[in-house]
Amino acid sequence: MSEEYKKGKGMIRGIPHDTIEQSLPILAVFVAILVAVGGIVEIVPAFYLDDSEPAVEGVRPLTPLELEGFAIYRREGCFLCHSQMIRPFRDEKERYGHFSLAVESGYDHNFVWGSKRTGPDVARLGEKYTDAWHVQHMRKPRSVVPESVMPNYVWLEETVLDTSRTAKRMQVLKSMNVPYSNDDIANFAVDIKAQAAVDDGDGEDDLRARYERKAWGSVNEGDDTIVTWTDSFEPTELNVRAFDGDASDVTELDALIAYLQQLGTHVHFEEGVDYYHDKFGQPYRK
Amino acid sequence: MSSVAEKEQYNYDIVKFCVITGIIMGVIGTAIGTYIALELAFPWLNADIAEISFGRLRPVHTNTVIFGFGGFLLYGAGLYMVQHTSHARIRFEKLAWAAVALWLVAILCIWVTLPMGMTQSKEYHEPEWWIDLIMATSWIFMTITFLGTIAARKMSHIYVGNWFFMTMLFMVTYIFVFNGMCIPVDFTFSYSAYSGIHDAMTQWWWGHNAVGFFLTAGFIGVMYYFVPKHANRPIYSYRLSILHFWSLTFLYVWVGAHHLHYTAIPDWTLSLGAGMSIALIFPSWGGMINGMMTMSGAWDKLRTDPVMRFMVVALAFYGMSTFEGPLMGTKSVNALSHYTDWTIGHVHSGALGWNAMIAIGAMYHMITRMWNTEMWSAKLVNMHFWVHLTGAVLYITAMWGSGVLQGLMWRAFDEYGNLVYTFADSVAAMHPFYALRALGGFLVFCGFCIMLFNTLKTVGAVKAGTNEPFDVAKAA
Repeated sequence: MSEEYKKGKGMIRGIPHDTIEQSLPILAVFVAILVAVGGIVEIVPAFYLDDSEPAVEGVRPLTPLELEGFAIYRREGCFLCHSQMIRPFRDEKERYGHFSLAVESGYDHNFVWGSKRTGPDVARLGEKYTDAWHVQHMRKPRSVVPESVMPNYVWLEETVLDTSRTAKRMQVLKSMNVPYSNDDIANFAVDIKAQAAVDDGDGEDDLRARYERKAWGSVNEGDDTIVTWTDSFEPTELNVRAFDGDASDVTELDALIAYLQQLGTHVHFEEGVDYYHDKFGQPYRK
Repeated sequence: MSSVAEKEQYNYDIVKFCVITGIIMGVIGTAIGTYIALELAFPWLNADIAEISFGRLRPVHTNTVIFGFGGFLLYGAGLYMVQHTSHARIRFEKLAWAAVALWLVAILCIWVTLPMGMTQSKEYHEPEWWIDLIMATSWIFMTITFLGTIAARKMSHIYVGNWFFMTMLFMVTYIFVFNGMCIPVDFTFSYSAYSGIHDAMTQWWWGHNAVGFFLTAGFIGVMYYFVPKHANRPIYSYRLSILHFWSLTFLYVWVGAHHLHYTAIPDWTLSLGAGMSIALIFPSWGGMINGMMTMSGAWDKLRTDPVMRFMVVALAFYGMSTFEGPLMGTKSVNALSHYTDWTIGHVHSGALGWNAMIAIGAMYHMITRMWNTEMWSAKLVNMHFWVHLTGAVLYITAMWGSGVLQGLMWRAFDEYGNLVYTFADSVAAMHPFYALRALGGFLVFCGFCIMLFNTLKTVGAVKAGTNEPFDVAKAA
């Protein structure tokens, strides 16, 4: 201990610091409380303040095929190089589109906003390129973008999609208030085939009926009703087609492209509407 | 206290295990880091193999260096420090060994599962839920051992280094548990308990405080023991240590929000994060000044002692990166730096400059004391210093250059109001920087190889009895 310490007899501006540092329990309790404050103040309120996630028409949960695509997106670590969070700057608007709204990632367990753009933002990638472009880009990125440093994801189109976890995934998400009904979960396999167009169009209408009009909201425990949009609202149509260009089977590439092609397309942005204020808390619901 | 008495009194075996494992983790972690850096410069190195593609390998690098290298250094140096400053042998020794063993098991699981694509997809928290459980168990065992040893201390006061270490143990438990909350689908997949903005806030509360407590409070604790001990000088200011301890403990927690500027997070949270980020410069620099000024009267050691050089340069990097951090935490700078390589440069000025160099200094210090020997080659220690420093500086400057260039290219408009560059243009412009960064990383890897070689030779010489015994007089 320093001389300065001995002189001060352990009192720091009237605080008996000597006592604190001689007692493990006191020191431990002070530290345990002090480190918790900031997190509580910054994280907890957002769960309770209504305007943290202003509801805007159109956002729906992912279909089973898109959900599997999202799992592949996570598995391959896409979010390490591609953000999904457009900031409200002019250059980002020019390059990527309207800034991202909180509600647009409201169903994303886990969030995939990312922290680095080694590649461009993909929050509004949906329908920006054709499926054929995506297939070629996944096989050999540098054949369509010569400057790209992205790995070739050749294994995606060679691997048949493993759907053994899909029902469990949906159940887990349902338990966290993502609006999947028991009917949705029971029909996941049919819906996956329908969306990837390997069933000659048999299940398309059912798939659309199940997912297209789902509204932002929650399913309560035991209550299996799903909130849907009123007829006057025109939702974004589901993409139903052979995404990898091959309608004979459902591959991982089908799922990933299905996921990418819906990104950022749910909300219809209107010119001149300020999405922070005008549409605040006015969900368009039954 | 003579070294012989120390050997009987303290448990050095566990510290020795942690130090050697830590050095090996450093070699492996920087090797993977160099490889993924090369993948970004030369994408054909991804070789169309899923397991080594950038997206899967990058978290293997971050987890190996942070939790492998950093974790074993903290366990080793923490146990060394708490024994010396309490004048007591480790309490609950079996628990301490279990903590170390479980940590190693967790790292081995990480090496297997992450390349297979099993990930929680939260940065620096990628390992799946069951590996989380292994790590959490290890951490709690370590906490019990550490607090138990403090409780068994033979003097009235708890040493300042231990305050910081304890703060780390507590806070990392909080953030690790709350950010790790998830519902498993099976052993290979889980969904976070939070979604969207809530998940983002929780993640960066973890992300920044993993830096703030695991890599700062813990390492500051280590600094508070090893810098005064190695310089053989008392800590510069007792009052400053108290002031910056409590302010760091309170303030660091708030700043995670600055990772989310201009996103869909409520603005008040971000402003609070930015304000606290600026305030954080004071506790950070308090630690830096206290460490630096401890050198008063011992500056001449820098000329002769490369280990001292590691420690002092580490403090300089700490001061620099904790100045840069608040800068990047303000909204206007963050608008440019966010999403760019500047962030990567900042992280590595902290990781390669501060964390690695203070860790390496502490490791060399412990090796000579625990084995009671001089290093096999003092020249190699010196060489390690210069190779590491050159690598770190190359890495950091490359990422600063590329980061600022990237940010400016993205926001450039021409006189007609159109974007000047496509995104692909900015990717092409990164190539020379990425190649330079890989070279810097490779040098750091070489430094760790030198260290491992020198350490193994030293331990081998001790075993063979051909070593030069540690000279206490020379060290003082």
